Amino acid sequence: MTEPFEFEFFVRGFIAATMVGGLAGMMGVYIVLRRMSYIGHGLSHAIFGGAVVSFIMSINFYVGASIWGFLSAVLIQWTSRRRSISSDAAIGIITTASFALGIALISRTQTFTRSFEAALFGNILGVTGADLVAIALVTGAVLIAVIVGYKYLLFATFDTEVAASYGVPVRWVDTAFALVLAGTVVVSMQVLGVTMIAAALVVPPIVARQFTGSFTKMMIFSPLIGASAGAIGIYVSWFIDVSSGASVVLVASAFFVISIVYASARDRLLAARGRAGSG
Amino acid sequence: MLHKSPHPDLHEPPLVQIRGLAAGYHGNRVIENVSLNIMRNDFAALLGPSGSGKTTVLRAIVGAADVYAGDVLFRGEPVRKSRPRIGYVPQLEAIDWNFPVTVEQVVLMGATRNAPLFPWFQRKDRLRAGQVLERLGLERLANRQIRELSGGQQQRVFLGRALVSEPEILLLDEPTAGVDIKTRDDVLHLLDELNHQGIAILMSTHEINAVASHLPRVICMNGRILADGTPRDVLTPDVLKATYGAEMPVTEYRGMTLVAETPHRFGAAAPNGGSSDNGHLHGDNGHVHEEVVADD
Repeated sequence: MTEPFEFEFFVRGFIAATMVGGLAGMMGVYIVLRRMSYIGHGLSHAIFGGAVVSFIMSINFYVGASIWGFLSAVLIQWTSRRRSISSDAAIGIITTASFALGIALISRTQTFTRSFEAALFGNILGVTGADLVAIALVTGAVLIAVIVGYKYLLFATFDTEVAASYGVPVRWVDTAFALVLAGTVVVSMQVLGVTMIAAALVVPPIVARQFTGSFTKMMIFSPLIGASAGAIGIYVSWFIDVSSGASVVLVASAFFVISIVYASARDRLLAARGRAGSG
Repeated sequence: MLHKSPHPDLHEPPLVQIRGLAAGYHGNRVIENVSLNIMRNDFAALLGPSGSGKTTVLRAIVGAADVYAGDVLFRGEPVRKSRPRIGYVPQLEAIDWNFPVTVEQVVLMGATRNAPLFPWFQRKDRLRAGQVLERLGLERLANRQIRELSGGQQQRVFLGRALVSEPEILLLDEPTAGVDIKTRDDVLHLLDELNHQGIAILMSTHEINAVASHLPRVICMNGRILADGTPRDVLTPDVLKATYGAEMPVTEYRGMTLVAETPHRFGAAAPNGGSSDNGHLHGDNGHVHEEVVADD
């Protein structure tokens, strides 16, 4: 059972997946409560375009992709503030255009040698020490942002339109949120892959929501659920030989099914007790 | 009537001064040339049909509407610069009731601007929130999720959030919408108490008769200000017709102004072709009409 831990690359991948799962779970609470579940999916595709551009221009992946992702997220927010364009439409337009740009550049560049399969589907074999440092830095930064900005983030997420009148710098909060979200997606790409990030962001908070009606508890449960899905997913992927991103998301999905079954059973029980009490 | 007469003039500059305001959203002008003064001790209601710009006036005061002309001053300073202490209570239908927050967390949000550099709410904020919850009769519900409350309790939670911010003025967008008569009465009495403690109040509402019987100042609008004054002065058939585009008979009962809130043109055939005196309401109108005629 401990065989995979004898390999250094697996240990790196295991630590990376656990941290990324927790990080995505933490950011996911705000994403789900802001009703922006689609943004994780869209932003990861947008950042893929940024990753290709970074590679072609010989810019560090983390720097180039983060700047690209941040600009995409800000552009989505700016576009969706227009009443005539909904946020899901803004995400769809901007991120797909960015993804298409990446694909176009790959097809046009004859000398393209780098494989982007890992970026699309996730691959723990490719997790380096530098990746671990980047994940740890972003996780630390997001943790600090969530703690320091707690009351601002909560108010801006709950009641965006009114928050500004109570002294919340909503635009700054949104911009900071776009920045940490871009960072989260960028460092998650190597482990989870572009196609799997959305589930890692959305599933843990949804599972946590089935167990609690408290925002504070959601902020504790969701990263724990995400980290557990990351750790178990990577461990299982060793034995069933599937891509790490798919394995992590499948474990998270199993958590989701269990939580839904639990919540349904609990609601039925409460309803039955209510009927018995009134009868 | 909570106030027997409007507050006396204070002979001081207005708390909020709106001058020639044109405002709206994304280039669409909802209100035009609105000028309005709100004094430190005012308790006033904005009346008008849906889309008449009541909410836009409130949102312009808190800086949440696009201003195309004119300005909004708070104690003589533009609101965007002066960062005034305004307690804004939005329409409850705009709230996400499934959001996992407790009553106490929502009320504490009102203290966000206190100690802006501290990540969490401080002890004094929690004490203040506790006092407000107690005053509003919500202390036992502090840890309940907002979805679990009744309409009246939910309204009080958001009033609590506004009060924790220690506002100089309360702006309430339809605070009596969707609540029963008793709750509506409780809310208006609570607002009256707050007004007597020095908080200016401006609210939008569709409850003409509740306003007529409780508030000292009424402002009728429909894209612009049509009338502003005491209920007795403002709630006349002519003003109401200009505001709502319908004949609305007015009478008095025990010193209170009463308006027949019917969109039917009084005395005309009902839309379904029936006569004007079929049905209970039309029977009532007949009585009102006599009073109106007598008033004239």
